[in-house]
Amino acid sequence: MRVGFFVTCLVDSMRPRIGFAAIRLLEAAGCEVIVPEQQTCCGQPGYNSGDRKSAKAMALKFLAEFEAFDYVVLPSGSCAGMIRVHYPDLCKDDPALLARCIAVGARTFELTDFLANIAKLKKMPGTFQGALTYHDSCSGLRELDVYKQPRALLASMPGVAINEMVESTTCCGFGGTFSVKYGELSTRMADNKCQHIAATHAGTIVGGDLGCLLNIEGRLRRNGDSTTRVMHIAEVLAGTEK
Amino acid sequence: MKNNSINFKRQVTIKLADVKLQSALSRLQSRFVEGRAAVISEISDFEETRTAAAAIRDRVLNDLEHWLMHFEQQATARGAIVHWAETGADVNRIVAEIAVQHGVRTAAKSKSMVSEECGLNDALELAGVTVMETDLGEYILQLAHEAPSHIVAPVVHKNKEEISDLFAEKHQLPRKTGIAELCREAREILRPAFLNADMGISGANFLVAETGSALIVTNEGNGRLVTTLPRVHVAITGIEKVVPTLEDVTTLLRLLPRSATGQSITNYVSVLTGNKNKDDHDGPEHFHIILLDNGRSSLVGSEMQEMLRCIRCGACMNHCPVYQNIGGHAYGWVYPGPMGSILTPLLGGLEKSPDLPNASTLCGACAVVCPVKIPLPDLLRKLREKQMERGMKSRRETFMLKAWAWLALHPPVYALATKFGVRAMSLLGGKNKLLHTLPGASGWTDGRDFPAPEGLTFREIYQRRNRQ
Repeated sequence: MRVGFFVTCLVDSMRPRIGFAAIRLLEAAGCEVIVPEQQTCCGQPGYNSGDRKSAKAMALKFLAEFEAFDYVVLPSGSCAGMIRVHYPDLCKDDPALLARCIAVGARTFELTDFLANIAKLKKMPGTFQGALTYHDSCSGLRELDVYKQPRALLASMPGVAINEMVESTTCCGFGGTFSVKYGELSTRMADNKCQHIAATHAGTIVGGDLGCLLNIEGRLRRNGDSTTRVMHIAEVLAGTEK
Repeated sequence: MKNNSINFKRQVTIKLADVKLQSALSRLQSRFVEGRAAVISEISDFEETRTAAAAIRDRVLNDLEHWLMHFEQQATARGAIVHWAETGADVNRIVAEIAVQHGVRTAAKSKSMVSEECGLNDALELAGVTVMETDLGEYILQLAHEAPSHIVAPVVHKNKEEISDLFAEKHQLPRKTGIAELCREAREILRPAFLNADMGISGANFLVAETGSALIVTNEGNGRLVTTLPRVHVAITGIEKVVPTLEDVTTLLRLLPRSATGQSITNYVSVLTGNKNKDDHDGPEHFHIILLDNGRSSLVGSEMQEMLRCIRCGACMNHCPVYQNIGGHAYGWVYPGPMGSILTPLLGGLEKSPDLPNASTLCGACAVVCPVKIPLPDLLRKLREKQMERGMKSRRETFMLKAWAWLALHPPVYALATKFGVRAMSLLGGKNKLLHTLPGASGWTDGRDFPAPEGLTFREIYQRRNRQ
């Protein structure tokens, strides 16, 4: 199957290694991975800030670039949710466009959802030894029902022990521009998350959305925790590049 | 009640630093979140019930005038008098007029958030009527001269010690410390208030159109005393609370207490229909029902209509990570949490509450638990869109959004901008790969480091590899 890979703007600029890890996983699952070169942002920052017009322009750009693939996969629940759940809202006044959004949305998946439920990847290319704890990012969890998929993939790795934190499904406080506009509040929410992470003694916090991971890492480091590892699930499943 | 939501940000700072408040809020999780989770499992068709409840509410809202007329007709036929109030001030005027008409000197009141919208207690005091709140939480707040911080648990922001101190000071009695003792003391003071009141004032959780009844759900029994003992009963509620039939109410009642307090059913469910007839043993001689609009009708038929489905259970705030960290007072008006962040701007003016629609991560926890399936995050986002359309966003934010959109729609420039941007940030990150400050993003870096980018963009590396 031909998979169009949407890197996401955050992975593109902040953590390219997550993008390459995701590609290795998709290839391990037997996919032909294509990365359209003109891709940029899914439009979520504008959409969630009330800028509907520019978000719609980005939705149209996405459609043009990704509509032809069998599947579209993203290493982010919130960007995948943007496409699946919110593009139809942006295009609801144009029936033809709406139909296209719904069609491509149905073929668009968050990475772990795709690996577990569509590609049915059984053997992870990476290795990981030790305990980790998993943070459920909001959009993936509540818009796409991503909860069991990452845990099932992680559990299939022989060396992995999952120490569940309390309130793993509570928001970490990132929320895109919220994290800057309401910094104090966002920091407190991140702090609560850090305490729950520390209580697991896992040593590694894993998640499926880079925004949340940067938020959590930023608070951990400011608190003086330089040892807890913060990893995207693609990095854990695919292992580090040789 | 005065709308103070313009000060949201300042209040957040204060509330985050309030040690007592933080300790009180930490109990929300076990009491309400876990309580709800345990009790909804009793209903095997919980999701279907939510869908049915939303449909019941929509059926009413799509034809609100019809159902209100039907309600008025039925209520009037059974001896109640229905009043229509456009604003909170109108409610206050109507209640004061009823008080004069019946020579009312004292009123006993059970919990009503709509009366908080109106500032009824202050208005009645000015009109010479002594009002006593009889819901324990509201009574405590009346003593403390504070506003409720939660629509179901109004005094959730206070701990037991504060209440012990307050009672000792206001009641001039030896300080009690046990919950049972404190309750007994309040009960002894409240009992004569019930018996002596000329007027009882209540809210109404639902108005039943087919029977013209006002229905209230309570736990303390004060609601039943207030609505049956005094010779005059005034029920005040919003026009959106009407429900076609008692059968419909039973569906909503399967959800309301479970969502609100984690109870299968409240201790009391009172269906108040008409005034006392000559064959009745009890009940008020005069039953007035005041229906407040206060901006609600302007939402009917608008893209915000779904907000009127709300049955005031408070589950959205109980599950909101923002509410859980700052409590209800920070929101600045009657209704806090996600539902309040939508209602306050809608009823009080978006320009007076610029922060409320934005102070949410749109995490969606509220929408998942809402018993009537209000898409709260979507409504918050729609308010943000209105702010954008009306030019209410800061110039800086508008510029940033437009600049980002322009870049994203021009991939070659985007590639160049990100290429140099991430290099610079990577260098600034140093060997620890952390930025301690970031121009224009102090909101982030005041409390967190910003992990530095790797240094090359994905697209650069990808193109390089493809060339090889």
